[in-house]
Amino acid sequence: MALGYNTITFNPDKCDGCGDCMRACSQAKAGTDDPVHSRIQILANETPSTGEQQSPIEMAMCRQCGDPKCVSNCPAAALSKDLSSGTIDWDSSKCVNCLLCTVGCAFGGITYNVEVGHVTKCDTCDGNPACVKVCPHGALEYNTSGSVYTRIGDKEDLFVPGLSACQGCNSELLIRHTLRNVGSNVVVATPPGCIPGMGTVGYNGKTGTKVPVFHPLLTNTASMLAGIKKQYNRVGRDVTMLALAGDGGVGDVGFQSLSGAAERNEQQLFMCVDNEGYMNTGMQSSGSTPAGSWTSTTPVGKEMQGKRTDAKNMARIMMMHNCEYVATASLSFMDDYYDKLDKALAASKRGFAYLHVYAPCPTGWRFPAAETIEVCRKQVESNFVTLWEFTPDQGLQFTRSVDKPAPLADYLKQIGKYRHLNQDQIDHLQRRVDNQVKSLKAFEQTSAVS
Amino acid sequence: MQHSKYLIIGSSHAALEAVAAIRMQDPDGSLTLITRDKHLPYSPTVLPYVVSGRSQPDNINLKDQAYFDLHAIEFIPGRKVEKIEPENHCVILDNGQQWQYDKLLLATGASPLIPPISGLDQTEFLVLRTLEDAIALRQASSQAKKAIVLGAGLVGMHGAENLAEAGLDVTVVEMQTQVLPGYFDPQAAGLIESAFSQHGVTMKMGHRAVRIEQQDNGCQVELENGETLEADLLLVSTGVKPVTDYCAGSGIETDQGILVDDHMATNQTDIWAAGDVTQAGDFYSNAQVVTGILPDAVEQGRIAGMAMSEDPCLKSYNGGIPINTYTFYGQQAISVGVSDLSTGTLADCSEVELSVDTDNGFFQKIIFKDNQLQGISGINAALDPGIMWQLILRRIDLADDKADFVAKPLETGRRLMSRTWR
Ligand SMILES: Cc1cc2nc3c(=O)[nH]c(=O)nc-3n(C[C@H](O)[C@H](O)[C@H](O)COP(=O)(O)OP(=O)(O)OC[C@H]3O[C@@H](n4cnc5c(N)ncnc54)[C@H](O)[C@@H]3O)c2cc1C
Repeated sequence: MALGYNTITFNPDKCDGCGDCMRACSQAKAGTDDPVHSRIQILANETPSTGEQQSPIEMAMCRQCGDPKCVSNCPAAALSKDLSSGTIDWDSSKCVNCLLCTVGCAFGGITYNVEVGHVTKCDTCDGNPACVKVCPHGALEYNTSGSVYTRIGDKEDLFVPGLSACQGCNSELLIRHTLRNVGSNVVVATPPGCIPGMGTVGYNGKTGTKVPVFHPLLTNTASMLAGIKKQYNRVGRDVTMLALAGDGGVGDVGFQSLSGAAERNEQQLFMCVDNEGYMNTGMQSSGSTPAGSWTSTTPVGKEMQGKRTDAKNMARIMMMHNCEYVATASLSFMDDYYDKLDKALAASKRGFAYLHVYAPCPTGWRFPAAETIEVCRKQVESNFVTLWEFTPDQGLQFTRSVDKPAPLADYLKQIGKYRHLNQDQIDHLQRRVDNQVKSLKAFEQTSAVS
Repeated sequence: MQHSKYLIIGSSHAALEAVAAIRMQDPDGSLTLITRDKHLPYSPTVLPYVVSGRSQPDNINLKDQAYFDLHAIEFIPGRKVEKIEPENHCVILDNGQQWQYDKLLLATGASPLIPPISGLDQTEFLVLRTLEDAIALRQASSQAKKAIVLGAGLVGMHGAENLAEAGLDVTVVEMQTQVLPGYFDPQAAGLIESAFSQHGVTMKMGHRAVRIEQQDNGCQVELENGETLEADLLLVSTGVKPVTDYCAGSGIETDQGILVDDHMATNQTDIWAAGDVTQAGDFYSNAQVVTGILPDAVEQGRIAGMAMSEDPCLKSYNGGIPINTYTFYGQQAISVGVSDLSTGTLADCSEVELSVDTDNGFFQKIIFKDNQLQGISGINAALDPGIMWQLILRRIDLADDKADFVAKPLETGRRLMSRTWR
């Protein structure tokens, strides 16, 4: 099985060329500030040519290629790909200084350093890169989702193959990941929505899930799980209670029992898979549908230009219940998601845990099936979706910076349900996003003080 | 009769790269590597460092048996291919054994070209292509006092430096008027030559050896101008020629090397060739050329392996470009693409940007045509050759960046890379 690796990522839009990363690298590798020793090179374009669209900041460093040409070009076997860490290692005792590796690299990732008299390259500081730690703008990140895949790849997929989700379905990907990590000591509740609809609860007496699963009403999911948990506790078995509910089953019809269970601090993990509407019954609007969205009940025509009211922020509402753990997540940031899933599972042993995962829907929102993860990513990068977590002790904390977001219009324009939006509607949504961020930041500050 | 789905002849860069490409696509198909060399795979390029003692012969393996085991590869060293019968999909080895293949790769590289100099065939001399050669040269250099190196290409220059550093009195004899022709222009070559002269090596450029005679303790070399030189060690490094003897009678089309198309296929079905053994497309012209450099062997090996395993990502060969990274006496010379307009076909409408600082041994020459980079060569000039290679191959339009590029090829190259193919 192919391995996934951690990587350093660079977002030029967030980089201002300050050079802190280069100084940190030079310090880590050579004990000086001299950028000649830095294995990451930030290249500020001093004289941008006219009409240039791209960011003027560029970057050169080793990509730790999966199929590295520097290694193929080395006649002395001094370079090799470490299959456990993914980094390309350089062995000084074998290197003959022929520089053929630098011919192989198309990225300027391995270069001759005159000062030390041999080639140097990034070794990711053994998984703790100095450059990332000092980046003041979050332009450099150490993305650990690769190792998540390696870890999770060995675990059993607890859903059967051949679930009938739509092509490009984010929810199917999400639940398969989730149950792999949760394991088999679980009872799963899937109230009406896409998740049972795609066959997880089964057809004709056969189940689509390899662990106990049931199909509660939209209205009683949380209370049924609470009852089952109480019975297991009574007989002395520690079993995880997991709800995989849609946004309707959470925020509309399901809200009464959910709010009650949260208030009573029942031991369960309630996951909202938010595709912003009733997608499996014909794309009707829900309380989570953002303003301006086309749905079959908020059409676009003479009278109406999509939904007239804003979505409610369910994650925030759940935070106000002071649950053991509340967090938001997106599948474009897997390492973040797994981290939160682990914390939510642990919290569900103590009391109520709520995870709100955003689930763009290619069929209902009308975008190409291959774009799902990209849409997820743009949601986050534009702050339409913010990634944070809450515990009663720590309060709210962002797990990904909300500074320097991309314009919301970049996100909206790739989705069919927003195609008709006029500038006023776009401005309204942008304001809404900005206000949400402002108020979440206020919560964050409160947490920092208390 | 033995059978292998993929049969690879040779065990050096081209062969190993093809193996990696095949295994990426087809993890299980039977794969056999047959090589006349007796050792685990190593690179000819590392041999000068075996001669100097920097590399130990047991520490230069590109792959080990564990690698072959892991990827289910049968490795058969010490066996030479003598004959190929394409109509029977069959290869015959020097021990008479026959191997049937579905797909065959010829990656037999090159071997030293021995010039037709009168008397050379009756004289003891050394060459440098195999590990045995390197060990013999290392041994000889510890006993000899005076050496003559015939030919100032890469092999000769490495050899000359090794021998001089080992304390020998070394003379390099080259028929052409400069060292490393094809990679550096006469001016750059002059800088390299003077480094050698400063280290006590006698550089005889533009001299043809016409007669060589074996003597009691060595040999005597007579030059065209009548001058005679004596030495107790003779290194012949007058170039290489593709190893194609076994192609005779097979119908495989050869010229200077095995002729291949841009997927490294020969004219015979199910037979590919890659590396120093081939004569493949040139980047600058429609000619078929023998390049004989390691990065090209890797490139061609990869394409051949992808073609053999029907990899859907197969791309065509871009054509060969001369590339050279050469370290001498601690200095770096790098050349990518065209370096000397006087010898090529690009002379017209090319633009040359030259910057030289002889006192500091600095040289940099950039050649453009139609705002595209054609070649860049430098001595002690910081460059990313891999980026330069891509700038040439991709025919990147440098109109807006030319001034920056000429002023700072390293930084500008990186910026162009990051902007264009990050
Ligand atoms: C001293 C020296 C220095 C060099 N320095 C550089 C440099 O700095 N930069 C650079 O780019 N290039 C350099 N080269 C050239 C570089 O080594 C070659 O381009 C490269 O090794 C070509 O790889 P290949 O796989 O095509 O062939 P080779 O490396 O020549 O390998 C051929 C293989 O085929 C096997 N073989 C041959 N005939 C048969 C047969 N009949 N049956 C079975 N097996 C057979 C051989 O045993 C060997 O394993 C140098 C070469 C030498 C000798």
